[in-house]
Amino acid sequence: MTAPVVRIEDRLYQNRYLVDAGRPHIKVRPHQSPSANLLALTRICPAKCYEVNENGQVEVTADGCMECGTCRILCEANGDIDWSYPRGGFGVLFKFG
Amino acid sequence: MSKEKFDAIVVGAGMSGNAAAYTMASRGLKVLQLERGEYPGSKNVQGAILYANMLETIIPDFRDDAPLERHLIEQRFWLMDDTSHTGVHYRSDDFNEPTPNRYTIIRAQFDKWFSRKVREAGATVLCETTATELVLDGGGKVIGVRTDRAGETIHAEVVVLAEGVNGLLGTRAGFRKVPKPEAVALAVKEMHFLPEEVIGERFGLTGDQGCVIEAAGTISRGMAGLGFLYTNKESVSLGIGCLVSDFAATVESPYTLLDAFKDHPSIRPLLAGSEVKEYAAHLIPEGGYKAIPQLFGNGWVVVGDAGQLNNAVHREGSNLAMTSGRIAGEAISMIKSQGCPMAPENLSLYKAMLDKSFVVKDLKKYKDMPALLHTNSRNFFMTYPQLLSKAAQNFVRVDGTPKIEKEKATTAAFVKARSRWGLFSDAVRLALAWR
Repeated sequence: MTAPVVRIEDRLYQNRYLVDAGRPHIKVRPHQSPSANLLALTRICPAKCYEVNENGQVEVTADGCMECGTCRILCEANGDIDWSYPRGGFGVLFKFG
Repeated sequence: MSKEKFDAIVVGAGMSGNAAAYTMASRGLKVLQLERGEYPGSKNVQGAILYANMLETIIPDFRDDAPLERHLIEQRFWLMDDTSHTGVHYRSDDFNEPTPNRYTIIRAQFDKWFSRKVREAGATVLCETTATELVLDGGGKVIGVRTDRAGETIHAEVVVLAEGVNGLLGTRAGFRKVPKPEAVALAVKEMHFLPEEVIGERFGLTGDQGCVIEAAGTISRGMAGLGFLYTNKESVSLGIGCLVSDFAATVESPYTLLDAFKDHPSIRPLLAGSEVKEYAAHLIPEGGYKAIPQLFGNGWVVVGDAGQLNNAVHREGSNLAMTSGRIAGEAISMIKSQGCPMAPENLSLYKAMLDKSFVVKDLKKYKDMPALLHTNSRNFFMTYPQLLSKAAQNFVRVDGTPKIEKEKATTAAFVKARSRWGLFSDAVRLALAWR
C-alpha cells in the first residue's frame, strides 16, 4: 500500500496567501554549487519553495512559503540565504492555523 | 503614533504576547501590541490543545465566550510500525467535569478571541505591521522598535519579545542565537473536515467530548519525531513533526511523511472521506532547559517559543507561552508601579518569578531528555517500536508454538537488535532523563 501522491501545488492551493509581488522575503545568495544544507532544502522545505535549476544551482520561489523558518535555521548562518518576514499583512494567512 | 511613548511594546500576538499584553493592559499600563498578520492568529500554528488552568489564571471566565472545540476525555499514546500500533489509552468520565481541564482549539479563531480581550483590557493592537528591528540608545538600552509601517521609531520603556520560535528581532540584536537545527522540530499539519457526528462515531464521542492520539515509531523513519491526531468539532487536525537536524541528515520530505502517516492502516479509516482545507508548517522549540536563552536585558524580555519555553516530553507549549507572558506582564507592572526603570537588575524579577513556576521547573526536570532522544533517535523511534510490535503480535497470535518458545523468541529479538548492554544502558539513561 503506497500513499497517493499529492502534488505540492494542490496542497498549497488550499491555503490563503497575499503575495507581495516583486518583494520576495527570501533570497538565495548567488553560488556556483550549493552547500549540502541548501541542496537539502529542495527536499525538506515543506512548501517545496527551493528547486535546482539546469545549472545545478538552487533557486527559491517563496510565493507558497508558510514562513516556518526551517531554511533560516539551516542556511542563514552560513550565508546561503537572506531571510526576513514578509511586510505586514503579506504572506501566508492561516484560516485555521 | 511615533510621538507617543508606551509603557510597553509587545511584539507578536500569539499566546505569550496576548497573555503579556492582557496582563499589563489590565493593570493600567499603556501597551502597544504589534502583529504582522492580517489578524491575530493568521500567522500562528499549533496542534492544538489548550490547557484550561493556565488560561483561567489570566481570564477566569474564558469558557463563557472563547472558541473551544472539544474537551478531551481520551488520550491515546501509540507506538507504530508500518502495519500496526501498540497503544496505551486513557479515557475517563472524570474528564466530563463542569470546568474541563483540556480542550482542542483552532488557533486562528482562538487568537482572534484572545486579541479581542487584549483590546478590551485597553491595549492598542496594530495588525499588518512587521516589527523590523529593535532600537537601542547609546548605552545599549532598548528604547523602542522600528516597523515596516512607519520609518520612525515607536518608543517604549520596555519591549516584550513574543515573536515566536523564529523571531528575528532578538536574534538580530544579538540577545539570543538563532536556534540550532537540533533544538527545533519542523511540523506539518493538515485540517481534515468531517461531519460532527462522523467524528463522534469514529472516536466514540458524544457532544463536545474529544479524543487525541499521539504516535511515535516508524512513521518518523528513524528521526526523532511525533505524529498527532486531534479531534475538533467538525475537523481533525493531523500532523507530524521531526527535528530539523534529522530532516537535514535524512533529506526526507515532510509532506511525504505526512502522506504516509495519513495512509497508515491505523489512521486511514479515521480520516476516510475527509476534506482537507489547509496545509500548515511551523517550527517547535525542542531544545528544553539547556536551550533557554537569556530571558531579560536592558529594556527587554523574551517570552514563549522565542525563549524555547516548550516541554517536548509532555507536548506542552502554549501553556508555557501563556504563563511566561503573564509572569513577564506581572513583573513589568510591578516594576512600573514602583517607579523603577526597566533595567536588567529590575527585569530579573521576571526570571526569578518564572524559575519558581512550573514552566522552568518542568523544563529542568527533563533537561537531559533532548540529548538522549536526539542522539539515539533511531533506537527509540525505529528499533523499539518495531520490536514492541513483534512482541505484541507474538503474544496475541495463536499458532501452536509453545508459549515458552514465543517468550524466548521475543527476548532474543530485543537482545539481537540492541544487545543486553544496549538495552540496559537505554533503560538506565531513559530513567535518569525522566527522573
